[in-house]
Amino acid sequence: MYSEKVMDHFNNPRNVGELEDPSGVGEVGNASCGDIMRISLKVEDGIITDVKFKTFGCGAAVATSSMVTEMVKGKTIEEALKITNKSVAEALDGLPPAKMHCSNLAADALQKAIEDYQSK
Amino acid sequence: MSRVYLDHSATTPVHREVAEVMLEYMTGKFGNPSSVHSFGREVKKAMEDARAQVAALMGAKPEEIVFTSGGTEADNMAIIGGALANRKKGNHIITSAIEHHAVVDSCHYLEKQGFKVTYLPVDDEGIVQVEDVAQAITPETILITIMHANNEVGTIQPLGEIGLLAKEKGIIFHTDAVQSLGKIPVDVNELQVDLLSGSAHKLYGPKGIGCLYVRKGTKLERLSHGGGQERRRRAGTENVPGIVGFGKAAQLAKDHLPAETERLTKLRDKMIAGIEANVEHVKLNGHREKRVPGNVNFSFLFIEGESLLLSLDMKGIGASSGSACTSGSLDPSHVLLAMGLSHETAHGSLRLTLGKDNTEEEIDYVLQELPPIILRLRAMSPLYQHQR
Repeated sequence: MYSEKVMDHFNNPRNVGELEDPSGVGEVGNASCGDIMRISLKVEDGIITDVKFKTFGCGAAVATSSMVTEMVKGKTIEEALKITNKSVAEALDGLPPAKMHCSNLAADALQKAIEDYQSK
Repeated sequence: MSRVYLDHSATTPVHREVAEVMLEYMTGKFGNPSSVHSFGREVKKAMEDARAQVAALMGAKPEEIVFTSGGTEADNMAIIGGALANRKKGNHIITSAIEHHAVVDSCHYLEKQGFKVTYLPVDDEGIVQVEDVAQAITPETILITIMHANNEVGTIQPLGEIGLLAKEKGIIFHTDAVQSLGKIPVDVNELQVDLLSGSAHKLYGPKGIGCLYVRKGTKLERLSHGGGQERRRRAGTENVPGIVGFGKAAQLAKDHLPAETERLTKLRDKMIAGIEANVEHVKLNGHREKRVPGNVNFSFLFIEGESLLLSLDMKGIGASSGSACTSGSLDPSHVLLAMGLSHETAHGSLRLTLGKDNTEEEIDYVLQELPPIILRLRAMSPLYQHQR
């Protein structure tokens, strides 16, 4: 069902955790629907220097949140804003159709974290 | 790496002896049981012997057993066939909130045809209260259908008492016994049922064959039309290999029941105790004692079921869960929700169902691999943070 890349991110998730003094935090989903993702960012001079995630959800949920953190680390805010659910799914060599909504959540969590940072 | 199969409520491996007898009836004795010649007659005899074996597993008469393509078809035949046959008497059906989809969806179909259905609640251990059944009965009630043992949490319902109520009021009583047949004693007279569904592949028989017990005198409207097979109850050339396989599996289940019950109950209780001792923030779902011997169902707080199943699968362990992600719908198990679990707790459920080949070593292996998996998933969870 899942690609090798998805399984890799599921078994060896990158950037798990919370940041002590985050520049921005975004959380999406809710326990009722079975998926919650929280992404926290450290931004210095417009660059995302550190990023961490926590996820309650299925294999695809874990993999997409891990992948999105890997994709934004070291990027500028402008570059990070360009990340879409499609690019997350592609980076993982695709997701089963029923799981595409997980990639939406990951991209949305990132967006919310950036919005949180920009609102400060 | 060891492979440990703990999903026996989903399906079971076929007994070698069952597979062997089936093969005989595919290549050797292949006739159509309805044929006049000896090729047909020898097969017909084997079919009737198998019918007697299945009947013996539930205290029924052989002529009261109708073979079907499985439990789902049996449920459809009983519920839709039973309701349609009795529609002149009334239009109300009573069932429970924790039935299998074959029952629920048959009821939904009947609602579209103008019938009214009451879905009785269950308590937090998943048990239907007899008083609730009594209160739900109206002069229009023509059918009650309550499962014997639940597929997710294994709870056993008080069918005998419900059956007596139904009998008093002249209401047909059906039970989906797919998860109890072969696992616990099933006797159609003790349970006071008029109709009972069973499925071979849950008791080490082949997939694609099941049965509907129809008490003599019970009217059903035929759902499949054609030949007069199965005493005109179900048309179609009989699945002879499936039937003889089912018969053999039924005979083996009956013979092994006392010993297997003891063995599985011990293993099940060891698994339950081990999980409760070694993992925090867990909840056993279902009744501790009124439960089929092989069923274990826990909710692990703060984590989600599919990720748990994936992690277990990587260790060679096969299980199932009530999370939405595993069913492809947006809601988690309707059974767990009906028992009062929150969505979140239902999403974090794990069902382990033991069977004839599971050993104590396998239980130990699972108890060894499960706690670190839970810890890993909790470390990733935004919900666990709040608890610490």
